[in-house]
Amino acid sequence: MRALTGFVARHPVATFAVFFAAFPFIVPYKALAAQVLIFGLLTMGFNLLYGYTGLLSFGHAAYYGLGAYGTGLLLAKTKLGSLWLGILAGPLLAMIGGAVIGFFCLRRRGIYFAMLTLAFAQLLYFVAFHMADVTGGDDGLRGIPLLPLNVFGWRVPIDSTLGFYYFAYVLVLLAVAGLKRILDSPFGTVLQAIRENGDRASACGYDVNRIKHLSFVFSATFAGLAGGLDALRLSVVPVESLYWTTSGQVVIMTLLGGAGTFFGPFVGAGTYLVLEDRLSVFTESWPLVIGLIFMAFVLFLPRGIWGTLVTRLSRGGS
Amino acid sequence: MDVAAILPQVFTGLVLGGIFVLLAIGLSLIFGLMTVVNFAHGSLYMLGAYFTVFLLAYTRSFWVALVVAPILVGVVGFLVERVLIRRLYGRSPDDPLLLTFGLSLVLIETAKLIWGKIGLTLDPPRELAGAVNLGFMAFPAYRLFVIAVTILVLFGLWAFVTRTNVGLIIRAGSRDPLMVRALGIDLNRIWLLVFGIGCGLAGLAGALAGPMRGAYADMGVTMVIESFVVVVVGGMGSLLGAVVAGVLIGQVVGITTYFAPKLAEIMVFVVMAVVLLIRPSGIFGEAGLAE
Repeated sequence: MRALTGFVARHPVATFAVFFAAFPFIVPYKALAAQVLIFGLLTMGFNLLYGYTGLLSFGHAAYYGLGAYGTGLLLAKTKLGSLWLGILAGPLLAMIGGAVIGFFCLRRRGIYFAMLTLAFAQLLYFVAFHMADVTGGDDGLRGIPLLPLNVFGWRVPIDSTLGFYYFAYVLVLLAVAGLKRILDSPFGTVLQAIRENGDRASACGYDVNRIKHLSFVFSATFAGLAGGLDALRLSVVPVESLYWTTSGQVVIMTLLGGAGTFFGPFVGAGTYLVLEDRLSVFTESWPLVIGLIFMAFVLFLPRGIWGTLVTRLSRGGS
Repeated sequence: MDVAAILPQVFTGLVLGGIFVLLAIGLSLIFGLMTVVNFAHGSLYMLGAYFTVFLLAYTRSFWVALVVAPILVGVVGFLVERVLIRRLYGRSPDDPLLLTFGLSLVLIETAKLIWGKIGLTLDPPRELAGAVNLGFMAFPAYRLFVIAVTILVLFGLWAFVTRTNVGLIIRAGSRDPLMVRALGIDLNRIWLLVFGIGCGLAGLAGALAGPMRGAYADMGVTMVIESFVVVVVGGMGSLLGAVVAGVLIGQVVGITTYFAPKLAEIMVFVVMAVVLLIRPSGIFGEAGLAE
């Protein structure tokens, strides 16, 4: 047991690779697996900002939505016909959006920051809603093709459930490895220093605002990749992707799993989606149950499922 | 430009501004004193509207409903502070925001469960049913009444905060809570009171908005976001700022609706972005206060 926890702690990316390779065969039905993977990635991007940098964004719907529209528009409305370009366009658009919105939001700190991110996300929602000739407005952006993947001349079809899952798996795995690289770098250490004490980090000579901005842009880019993948998964971008409920969902997933932990986002996304799936069989008011569970977590279990587990194990282990 | 066509929009903007001001002042009061952002503020606004519908059906008097509904919402606010928010004092200021976000989900879903997913409509009282001829135009009497009530409540609140002992403690508590405690004042009771008043104002806003917009479960969410924009534009901790910004945003929405209805919701955020660029602390805000 201790050997296993030790391995998980030392090699999180390898652990991720092994676990999620087998994941579609563990979940109740295979379609859920890709959803957990994608929302885990979105939550992971959010967690970089909230869990590691200490900035609570209430507007990650913006970057998820920009990513979805970026990928969706390139594939549905242009004649480029390349899945690779499509999957790049999403994160790129989210990155640009994150750079601009981050600039504005970081002019204020603390609680203001949270509400400003929310306000800008709502702004994008209204823009997408009213620009119906581009985005499809209330009907959503439809007709996104799931083209076969072109790998050095090989055409790999990914339109089966498992095919798409493993396509997403490779991209999410790369993102997870990227996040690990960010966290292990000096930049990642400064992020956590800012979370613990921004004034002290500033006194050490770090340009705190620029580093926060960079963290914001990284976070938005991860969220954008998740949005792009989700556009492919659903083959449609509903305008609600940009609505505040999406941002709220991400916040809930993070708190359920454990903010500031490496696997927390995926645990949280999995817990949320399985709960939603099971509860919606019994009652239409499943958000009520999730809301109550979320409140209980904020009050009594602020470290979340994974965070509590890690604390328990490391205390018992040493 | 046709002035006669724009004037009704100016008045409509004033009505909307009044609702914004009532919500924003509650948010600002609670935040200024307790550094708590009450995300559930919009859901309490929604409760205010539903309570009014309920009380109206029960008592058959709009006037009773208009007085009792905000008080009931205030009582809900008392309970929320006592049972939930109080546990989070001393933790990160993000935590009350997260908790009240969860609470707003719970309240919205509960409202859907009790009153159904489709909204309810609510007629203005018979005394205020028609339109009033203002000489240059006719305007719905009920909307004029909303403007009047808002002004009256604001005046009362101003007198309460600047002319009473409790108001003095509230102002002192938002500047330096530690010193106020050191002087032997039980701030916990003041916090409870202010939270209740703030929520009651949200309830009043909902009760007033009911006859104009109806009551539906999701009515509060966009309102709380836009009210927070009002607070940001006006400057946190400044009651005058909340009033000026509320009226300003109301006017921006009202006048944009006339020229380009699709842009009305977007303009709110454009104003916010411009203010953030030029004066990050808001029109009447002091830099660095309560951050």
